Amino acid sequence: MSAELRRATAAQLRAGFGSGAFTSLEVVDALLGAIAQEDAALGAWLHLRTGEVRGEAQRADDAYAAARASGPDAVRALAPLLGVPIALKDLVNAVGTPTTAGSKILEGYISPYDATITTKLKAAGALILGKTNMDEFAMGSSTEFSAYRRTVNPWDRERVPGGSSGGSASAVAALHAPLSIGSDTGGSIRQPASLTGITGLKPTYGRVSRYGIVAFASSLDQIGPFARSAQDAALMLHAIAGSDPRDATSSALPVDPALLTLPQGDKAASAIKGKRFALPKEYFVAGMEPGVEAAVRAAVAALQSAGAVIDEVSLPTTEHALATYYIVAPAEASANLARYDGIRYGASKHGGGDLLDGYLATRGRGFGPEVRRRIMLGTYALSAGFYDAYYLKAQKVRTLIARDFDRIWTAGYDAIVAPASPSVAWKFGAKMSDPVAMYLADACTIPTNMAGLPGLSTPCGLSEGLPVGLQLIGAPWSETGLLSIAAGYEALTADAPWRAQEPTDLAALGGAA
Amino acid sequence: MSKLTRAEVEKVAALARLGLTSEEVETLQGDLNLILEQWARLAEVDTSSVPASAQTIVQVMPLRDDTPSPSLSVDAALQNAPARSGDFVRVQAILSEEADG
Repeated sequence: MSAELRRATAAQLRAGFGSGAFTSLEVVDALLGAIAQEDAALGAWLHLRTGEVRGEAQRADDAYAAARASGPDAVRALAPLLGVPIALKDLVNAVGTPTTAGSKILEGYISPYDATITTKLKAAGALILGKTNMDEFAMGSSTEFSAYRRTVNPWDRERVPGGSSGGSASAVAALHAPLSIGSDTGGSIRQPASLTGITGLKPTYGRVSRYGIVAFASSLDQIGPFARSAQDAALMLHAIAGSDPRDATSSALPVDPALLTLPQGDKAASAIKGKRFALPKEYFVAGMEPGVEAAVRAAVAALQSAGAVIDEVSLPTTEHALATYYIVAPAEASANLARYDGIRYGASKHGGGDLLDGYLATRGRGFGPEVRRRIMLGTYALSAGFYDAYYLKAQKVRTLIARDFDRIWTAGYDAIVAPASPSVAWKFGAKMSDPVAMYLADACTIPTNMAGLPGLSTPCGLSEGLPVGLQLIGAPWSETGLLSIAAGYEALTADAPWRAQEPTDLAALGGAA
Repeated sequence: MSKLTRAEVEKVAALARLGLTSEEVETLQGDLNLILEQWARLAEVDTSSVPASAQTIVQVMPLRDDTPSPSLSVDAALQNAPARSGDFVRVQAILSEEADG
């Protein structure tokens, strides 16, 4: 029973709680048991709410029991994620929990308030199991830049889970939670989703409030779900989306109620017929692993067989997106991270010498190597004499990147289909000594962030026994459409042998215990 | 594009308020120059008639009434302060005793 509860999707859990087939407390205990047994090897979690979450599960079960006594309508009226355990990336504030953003400079910080998405998830009934590991301040593509611990990929303990949301991705892939929250500034949801074989969605810039989220690059950051199905990702997006008076960049557009009733099975598969997909040739570049390209092209062929129209297109500015991103993101990060001064919160090395000495020591010792590198890059790009050549130039190239995408939507395409990552998960250390090699890991996801567009990664097969992700990129605000296409692709490939394959090192994770 | 000298790296570190060891400055000098080579390629892109975009999803900036609403209590706001004195964050003196008078 416990193993089945771990495998259940959020939608299945909600149905089972409603019918009384099992309880939220049983699920929470099954997940906490798995975490206790396996997380020493997996390394996905930084903090668990073990004490609180069992009581919250009990209260959810009481609400279900009371509703069942009143009839099916009362059960349906309960919150859409009531009793469903979730994980938060450790840059989301949740009152009373540590929030470290994977950095020593926030060691010991306890959130005094809830992020807006935390409030919304609680209102939707979700139970916060804990907080997950990440690259420090979300800067990285492998989670190796966490100041706290190594997170492994449940498909191969010798390999990275991707990043920066590697803890959230591995937790869902390893069946430690059905849903988790990630953040995506340059690919930090879609790339780890691809590398761990799950679904990850980066919504349109402005779809989800960032209030209470540790800021990295404010013109790019967006919050989104990890799940093991498109339907579950839609449920979580529905819970967190919407306007927020505390985040002026959040959109006033209404949240689509259709996210709660995403078509499944044959209905989803038949909706692929007649869809028009654009296949950008620039996303299949030198350096892409042949196995990744083969899996993505097979997925495109499956969509075509189901009646979709596929056209090869060109997004000519793609090759410049990486450099553009590595100017804009560090520049904004250098400004956002100026707040870590050791005075108001966080680690502090003030006391010896004067105020400036305190700043230098606090920041020099509190930030890790990659964060220091980005702050230096950003400070340089914004410094007197270089602003026009770098930051302003990058802002202009960003316009060209957005125009490339605009032409696709004007031509009437429903989505762009592309790889989510040029490679499968790599071995620990393989890219740690070469920052440019690490940056290239996000080559397929960065253009989407520069244009503010929604994108998702959905599993599309294995290469050398490791997961490959199909990326779907859509016009602004088209999340429901993208998730529907992903649900259709899931249905079309439901019987594919690779879908039956569970993460290969899952059993081995608990082996030490 | 010329390479960043060690002195330039030290100047940027000072602007960013990062106290670095001599070894860290050296490593960063190498890393930054590697990355600047990538940045230099942007000069190839013709942007002579292209406006800059601070962000690309066009939205109207919302306005709200300027009315007071509840916010964090002083205790909650100060709970993470490294040093506290009453309802204030305690910081090092930036003026000497004599200047106080």
